[in-house]
Amino acid sequence: MFSRDPAGERSTEDTNDMATKLTVPISEEQIRALKVGDQVLLSGIIYTGRDAAHKYMIENFIKGDCPDSEKALYEELKQGLAGSVIYHCGPVVRKRDDGKYEFVAAGPTTSIREEPYQADVIEHFGLRAVIGKGGMRDKTLTGCKEHGAVYLHAIGGAATLIADTCEEVVDVFKLDFGVPEAFWKIRVKDFPCVVTMDSHGESLHAKVQAESEGKLKKLLAG
Amino acid sequence: MQDITEHLVELIKSASTDLPPDIEQALKEAHQAEDDGSVAQGALQTILENVQMSRETGRPICQDTGTPIFYVWYPEGGSQRKMREQIQAAVRTATERTYLRPNAVEALSGKNSGDNMGVDFPTIHFEEWDQDALKIGLMLKGGGCENVGAQYSIPSPEFPASRDIQGVRKAVLDAAFKAQGLGCAPGILGVGIGGDRATSMIKAKEQLFRPLGDSNPDPELDAMEKQLHREINTLGVGPMGFGGKTTVFCVKMAQLHRLPASFFVSIAYMCWADRRKTMTIKNDAVAIDAPQA
Repeated sequence: MFSRDPAGERSTEDTNDMATKLTVPISEEQIRALKVGDQVLLSGIIYTGRDAAHKYMIENFIKGDCPDSEKALYEELKQGLAGSVIYHCGPVVRKRDDGKYEFVAAGPTTSIREEPYQADVIEHFGLRAVIGKGGMRDKTLTGCKEHGAVYLHAIGGAATLIADTCEEVVDVFKLDFGVPEAFWKIRVKDFPCVVTMDSHGESLHAKVQAESEGKLKKLLAG
Repeated sequence: MQDITEHLVELIKSASTDLPPDIEQALKEAHQAEDDGSVAQGALQTILENVQMSRETGRPICQDTGTPIFYVWYPEGGSQRKMREQIQAAVRTATERTYLRPNAVEALSGKNSGDNMGVDFPTIHFEEWDQDALKIGLMLKGGGCENVGAQYSIPSPEFPASRDIQGVRKAVLDAAFKAQGLGCAPGILGVGIGGDRATSMIKAKEQLFRPLGDSNPDPELDAMEKQLHREINTLGVGPMGFGGKTTVFCVKMAQLHRLPASFFVSIAYMCWADRRKTMTIKNDAVAIDAPQA
């Protein structure tokens, strides 16, 4: 059995000591102060949104004229996402006896699939961050720089731990997309992430990729 | 044939919520190996805490509970039809109990079936064997790592590599590099050499059932498994792709016969949350085990 030491207790405290606390709504100034490698503990009301949600937002709100049937959700997102965060996540959710939902498991999903959409969503809704895993590429990095946003990397697979930072499922929209793909409006407390793409054009992913490519070439030449 | 549906639900719960000890040990060693205070070590710290919390509270380690892949070895006279029905019933129940996320999505419409039932979903492989026990292996394979799997047909103009162990090495290194952290590193690579496109990948995935510390009975493959393990870790991709010392825990390989015209190298990437368990039922005794070397 894994015992809490040496790994357990120490690091939670360490993380808390080292981490920057951010609470929604987040200001541009707070975002500009963050650099790649910074650890963040995020609190406040955020929304999950992944593949279906991004496609939907682009088609209905950003490229299309919002149909009447979608106006209520548009207003919700327009207000809710300003200064807030979209989390790339398809949670496991339980409906309690009192009718409210709760997150059971809620780690990040791979973000790169949202690369075609993300910069436009950041700009349109005034997002200050997206949370996911695996990082994103140039279009999103440029969007972060231009509009004052960061990419926050959550720990892939840490689903129980992250679900426990979700204090409340406030609401859900587009549940007909399926549980993983719906917009879940959640209140989180001290959600742990790492800045891997900042608002100054730096990307940890690009750096690691370039360094590992050099090493790969050496191995193949040897 | 007895109804083993409830035992199957327990197998699913165990796979989804209780990480096997060989993987957890490897995570702890990786945690110690990374530099103190590094982002890589922080990621492993979070992972280890999460593993513990999932086990204690009986909740999924990862919300992507993956494709449930079952391997059934049954004694002579067993009914595949009945076993399939019981496996499907257990998957439905496990989904209701939130051990599994509803994960079966119709390819084109995107419609989620809601109960993890679908065409070839869950995936079940059957094999009759000569023992009198029923053995069922289960692997939960998430989408992030599945997406970074790869298959090479060598040589090709795009990928000039020789049809020998060095060509295989080149393909595996290329796949590990291209995966970066996207498969939730540190990962485990299963490699199938030869076969056709389908059997090669099935063989690659079967390697993921092997315990981390085992040896390959083929000395040439055993040496290459160890070499690739070392070499991939020099890439420096690290946990979650944050940069660091541990990119893979191991590489496991197997070869199949192939056509003269074909030479496939198939690479199945398994994330650190390597959720695989085996249940053995003999008479009334039921045991759920993790892979052991």
